[in-house]
Amino acid sequence: MALLIAIIIVVVMLAVLGVYTSWRAGRLDRLHARVDGARFALDAALLRRSSTALELAASGLLDPATSVLLAGAAHDARSAQDTRELAESDLTRALRAVFSQPDFRALLAGKDGAEELLGELESAAHQVFLARKFYNDAVAATHVARHRPLARVLRLAGNAPNPEFFEIDDSLAPANEAGPSTDLPHLTR
Amino acid sequence: MRVGIVCPYAWEVPGGVREHVSGLAEALIELGHEVSVIAPADEDADLPPYVVPAGRAVPVPYNGSVARLAFGFVSAARVRRWLKDGDFDVLHVHEPAAPSLSLLACWAAEGPIVATMHAAMPRSRVLHAAQPILASALEKITGRIAVAEAARSTLVEHLGGDAVLIPNGLHVRRFEKAEPLPGFPGDGGTLGFLGRMDEPRKGLDVLLAAFSQLAPERPGLRLLIAGRGDAAEVMAQVPAPYRDRVVLLGQVSDADRVRMLHSVDVFCAPNTGGESFGYVLVEAMAAGAPIVASDIDAFRRVLRGGAAGELFRVGSPADLAAAVGRLLDDPAHRASLAAAASAAVREFDWSVVARDVVRVYEAVVPAAGRVAVA
Repeated sequence: MALLIAIIIVVVMLAVLGVYTSWRAGRLDRLHARVDGARFALDAALLRRSSTALELAASGLLDPATSVLLAGAAHDARSAQDTRELAESDLTRALRAVFSQPDFRALLAGKDGAEELLGELESAAHQVFLARKFYNDAVAATHVARHRPLARVLRLAGNAPNPEFFEIDDSLAPANEAGPSTDLPHLTR
Repeated sequence: MRVGIVCPYAWEVPGGVREHVSGLAEALIELGHEVSVIAPADEDADLPPYVVPAGRAVPVPYNGSVARLAFGFVSAARVRRWLKDGDFDVLHVHEPAAPSLSLLACWAAEGPIVATMHAAMPRSRVLHAAQPILASALEKITGRIAVAEAARSTLVEHLGGDAVLIPNGLHVRRFEKAEPLPGFPGDGGTLGFLGRMDEPRKGLDVLLAAFSQLAPERPGLRLLIAGRGDAAEVMAQVPAPYRDRVVLLGQVSDADRVRMLHSVDVFCAPNTGGESFGYVLVEAMAAGAPIVASDIDAFRRVLRGGAAGELFRVGSPADLAAAVGRLLDDPAHRASLAAAASAAVREFDWSVVARDVVRVYEAVVPAAGRVAVA
């Protein structure tokens, strides 16, 4: 009798553990899906930003020097593989340098299509800022979940790669000038 | 001739292109031409009389590093006014593909435009991306000059057309004589390095490794380094017992640079690439320093395939240490290398180079008339 009770207790405990584990695994899976979704949104936002920067560069609204600067930075950002974060940060810095020219908006005001293009670029840049926040937020949550002892012992994450944070300088607000140094202030790096 | 020269990079920041522009301008003035240079610089900066400031340069990421450039509508307006006031016979822009004043000048001007290409740019993607924007400005250039074969091939590959090869110049006589720094070169031998300490392509880490190999056997050997960068980071690469034999001068004035070159027994140029000409090397040659340099294309050409300086395998500390060791032990060979370098460097003297540039001016002016504002 005692043996039967012991067996029943063990079976119930195993069942509870199984349910708990599967619930945990499901949660982790959902987190990974959230990371994937956020990454997709981030990639889309970055692509939209670089496309719009290229469009502005090719629009003929700007002087050729500014155009070449923007086109180069945007093109680098789109084609960078391993150095994506650096290249996207560089695009941010190029955009910041362009937008913080004295009287930049005043000089463009009234030119055909200028308002729309600048508005779209700013909204694209803001989208990058938001998408990156949400992506890094999802990554952080996933890291915490993956680090729980149960998840580690039972390898609940399976073969899903551990997602990495995406760290770039994405603020379009003019930063403080750093005197005679050749480097721009690094905000997030 | 009235010559208008455009420098795309900040005047206050030392660099190859900026040195080239000031050297050329001064040599042209010496030859009797009237010269005006426009460059990114503060209004109240201390400038030579021939430089017109175009306003403060903005640091931006460009072509893999951070450059200080002038762009935008305000800069464009200043270039236009300078062109109008200057009434030049010929306009000479430098590095016209860089997003700065040179490109703006090409855009605004018509008539005889000469352009000098400096950099070898393996990063052609930038040029491709900006091709349509660049093309309309660059098409106006009537005569193209490249300072080195690498710069010429970049031009041919990416923009089509061809260019005359005219090397970078320097004022040889400014380098020939100088008082060595106090206590140098000394009895134990001194190695020299000139350039940014934190730019990996300058190859300082290769030299530090070679020095660490040589130091135990040569108790008097010292290493003299002039250039910007983090001193602690450099010292961390040298074993502790030899650190007091590494002397860091930091960024030095033009005069001290020459003195530094006269303070060494062997000048080392361990660059791992990215040099299209090798200005540092030519300076060392003019100062009569025996040279050991990386076997990269630009250096091999400047050193006449090794006749005017020893070449070692790129990036190999052991090879560098061996070459330096041989030279330190052989004063006669050092002297003959120095003499060969002094002779070879003549062709890079501005008096020679500027005449070649004037010949290009003379070739484009008759066909294209005067410089006008478009």
